[in-house]
Amino acid sequence: MGNMKLPRLTIIAVLLYALIQLLSLVGVLNGYFLIIINQSLIFVILTVSLNLINGITGQFSLGHMGFAAVGAYVSGTITTLILKLSPDKLGNYPIFVIAIILGGVFAAVVGLVIGFPSLRLKGDYLAIMTLGFGEIIRIILNNIDYVGGPRGLLGIPKFSNFTIIYVFTFLTVVLLRNLIQSSHGRAMLAVRENEVAAELVGVDTTRYKVLGFVIGAFFSGIGGGLLAHLLQIAHPTQYGFYASALLLVYVYAGGMGSITGSIIAAFALTFLTQFLQLGLDSLTNITGISFGSEWKMVIYAVILILIMLYRTEGLMGMKEAKIVMLEEEKK
Amino acid sequence: MKPFALFVVLALVLAGTFVSCGGGSKGVVIGAVGPVTGAAATFGISTKNGDQLAVDEWNANGGVLGKQIKMVFADDKGDPAEGATVYTKLIQQDKAVAIVGTVMSKVSLAGAPICQAAKIPMVATASTNEKVTQVGDYIFRACFIDNFQGIVGANFAFTNLKAKKAAAIFDVGNDYTKGLAEFFQKQFTTLGGKVVAFEAHDTGITDFKAQLTRIVQAKPDVIYCSDYYNDVALIAKQARELGFKGPMIGGDGWDSPDLVKIGGAAVEGCYFTNHYSKDDTRPVVQDFVKKYQAKFNAVPDALAVLAYDAMNITLNAIKTAGKTDGAAIKDALAATDLDAVTGHIKFDADRNPIKSAVIIKISNGQQVYETTVNP
Amino acid sequence: MGSIFNLQQIVNGLQLGSIYALIALGYTMVYGIVRLINFAHGDFYMVGAYAAYGAFYLFNAFVGGGAPTAFIVLILAMAAGGAIATLANQIAYKPLRYKPKMSSLVTALGVSMFLEYFFSAFPLIGANPRGFPDLLPKVIYQVGPAAISNYFIIDVAVAAVLMGGLTILIQRSRLGRAMRAVSQDKDASKLMGINVENIITWTFLIGGMFAGAAGLLAGMTYPRIDPYMGILPGLKAFIAAVLGGIGNVPGAMLGAYIMGLAETFANAWNSLLGAGIAFIILIIVLLVRPTGILGEKLADKI
Repeated sequence: MGNMKLPRLTIIAVLLYALIQLLSLVGVLNGYFLIIINQSLIFVILTVSLNLINGITGQFSLGHMGFAAVGAYVSGTITTLILKLSPDKLGNYPIFVIAIILGGVFAAVVGLVIGFPSLRLKGDYLAIMTLGFGEIIRIILNNIDYVGGPRGLLGIPKFSNFTIIYVFTFLTVVLLRNLIQSSHGRAMLAVRENEVAAELVGVDTTRYKVLGFVIGAFFSGIGGGLLAHLLQIAHPTQYGFYASALLLVYVYAGGMGSITGSIIAAFALTFLTQFLQLGLDSLTNITGISFGSEWKMVIYAVILILIMLYRTEGLMGMKEAKIVMLEEEKK
Repeated sequence: MKPFALFVVLALVLAGTFVSCGGGSKGVVIGAVGPVTGAAATFGISTKNGDQLAVDEWNANGGVLGKQIKMVFADDKGDPAEGATVYTKLIQQDKAVAIVGTVMSKVSLAGAPICQAAKIPMVATASTNEKVTQVGDYIFRACFIDNFQGIVGANFAFTNLKAKKAAAIFDVGNDYTKGLAEFFQKQFTTLGGKVVAFEAHDTGITDFKAQLTRIVQAKPDVIYCSDYYNDVALIAKQARELGFKGPMIGGDGWDSPDLVKIGGAAVEGCYFTNHYSKDDTRPVVQDFVKKYQAKFNAVPDALAVLAYDAMNITLNAIKTAGKTDGAAIKDALAATDLDAVTGHIKFDADRNPIKSAVIIKISNGQQVYETTVNP
Repeated sequence: MGSIFNLQQIVNGLQLGSIYALIALGYTMVYGIVRLINFAHGDFYMVGAYAAYGAFYLFNAFVGGGAPTAFIVLILAMAAGGAIATLANQIAYKPLRYKPKMSSLVTALGVSMFLEYFFSAFPLIGANPRGFPDLLPKVIYQVGPAAISNYFIIDVAVAAVLMGGLTILIQRSRLGRAMRAVSQDKDASKLMGINVENIITWTFLIGGMFAGAAGLLAGMTYPRIDPYMGILPGLKAFIAAVLGGIGNVPGAMLGAYIMGLAETFANAWNSLLGAGIAFIILIIVLLVRPTGILGEKLADKI
């Protein structure tokens, strides 16, 4: 890269960051909206990491939130422990960042442990296996009293703010984008398209399948850690099968294999849920009839079905927006 | 396509903020939380009603600090993660000066750290797990705590029901049920009884037969079931089916009209510890029952009473403090010395009120007052 | 440890297994025909339970309890389950039949969410659990140390009759032959003149009917229904179907009874870890026999 220009994506990312900070300073974006934006960003991380496994490598994983749980609990335990032992040392972010990364590492290890036996299976059987593992993680966490058991891990210090989450999200997107558009990523795509053919042309399919799993698990762990430090709680019920299934929705709504799609879907669906709630509230105020919050989920489900019926490949399909692509591609 | 998508997102965000900007509070905003949907929905509805009754009474008398009270109620769905979001929304978005709620201990445990960090006083209505108020000095509760409740249950089983052997069953995914069962076990054993079976079940299942079979085969005199009414009803029915004929005892999670609706004859002759009984002859209780009945066309349960008391405690503290500053309200709360429907409210060092419990018996499908137990 | 495997627990496990079997069959049939994991299947079960509840209160006024009402309620529960399954197929699954499989899966999730939340939101139904009425007077027989209720006999009997009927249908009838053909090779079936879409519709219908029946049985046996009651049993029945070899009808029955018994024994042994043990068994079985117990090894087509 001989040119001195900063990569396009970085420029856009910095501009977006500045814009949001400005808006929140001015007061147009209040605290509640920042929370939604933060949650959307974390979901970007989770969605993109799942996309790596499901969309790029074509491995049907149904227990992804289990990795996020590992990340959440590990990083949360570290910070709460330090908070208890020496609160003054906690004031700085480095410890938080280390905790988050450690959470990701643990999640990656779990991904390795789960990946090896699971990846002998194909398709729907793999799905069940990963589902089973995800549930086992949840049940184990529910039974470890040290991290709160059924209470959940509580009192996690609130370290996740917009800046940190934004930086992590940006790094996740860039790293994964680089991976996908490298030769390794192409190998993964080959595995997705036709595993036998890939094997025949010399691609080490097992290595790439496990790699996809491990890297996906790592970033999922990071997402989980950030989420725990945002909500200040990590509870086993947040990371069960239903949560993993919902994450799957995010991936496919955005488009399997498309990072841009995952980003858009994460934002769109998170915001959609909130807007539907606000819409319901104002409808209740206007008409005086009390609309329960379940109606919001009914509408959400209908929209989901409609998206699948009328734009089956997801919002972006398998394409990426030009901005996200690496500039080396233009030769 | 991407710049356009970005634009759309931003436009929506901006539009959304205008929608939400209508929250101008001309009164004193009090947040209220309860599980109106989910596994214990009758709790939430009662809580909301109790809260509302108190607020309406105060507003009819001029509100507090010269302003009308605006109650913003949020549904926590009985889920800790949802609770965390809801508490944050009440503090950040609705700018509540205090929060009354919630019912389930696991949700209160999620909300308490948030309130504590934001220095917003919180008065839990019916969360009995002792860890809730241990979170910090801004967290109070209006009800007794589980180690007291478990002891009351164990004493009643051992002394009144003359049980020598007991079994317990609880929800492994709920700290309230687990904690309560553990307190029962400890006290029952201390008294000299034997806990012959201590079974857990997963949250949300409907088939308890495996655990109940083990319990029944251990031949207990009583079964202590610390679950919420929905599960208790099923457990009771299945226990009877498996041949258990003795009484069952439980905690305040039993208090719902649905208990008898779903449980039917299976819960007949069973007992549970509770915060109040409608048969209590004290005038303040009868007065409340009449008021509640007139407004909501139903007999109030403990959840409604506790919500009413909690709201009164909170509003009273705001009045005493003279301002809506969190720290001032907190101090006023700590100094509370008030006669409420469920008893005299005075907080101990852990911000728990020192209160009595009542034992209720299910007799002919009705809740009948059995006895009061003082701490 | 010997006390776990006693008669009572075996009875409990078989009862649970019967209900799982009816749900698992629907999963496995649909998968065998269209290779779709229908996440909404557990919710067809829920719809059946609610239909039974409604039917009971409707007919009790006219016919007045006892076996006739119970029979009508069963028919109606099955009809409701079948109807909702067929509807879901027509509206949500059929248009996506020849598109990438993943989109059908997400749609199935959407249908599942829709059913659960719609039933919760609809004012007449609501999210609160309801007690299921006693369809028939409960009689308890003491067989040695075990207390066996007539409901157990009904559960197993209904499940057995339905399973038997299905087996006969698949092995002996034209429809069954067509179903087997389509699940083996869709294109070849078309060439043989089979109306594939028709067969698929029939499959959904039958699967849904079974789920509806399971809903009624569950409502009767564990007498409480709520809009989310289908999630856990659906998941477990799905695992049971995979355990037995997904797409394999006898496999689903086998897997379901194994799941029912395993879950019961696991809970009896250590109730804290009980749920996890079921999953561990699943994982072990899949590691040893990746296509399930009775599943066939599909040759990789190159």
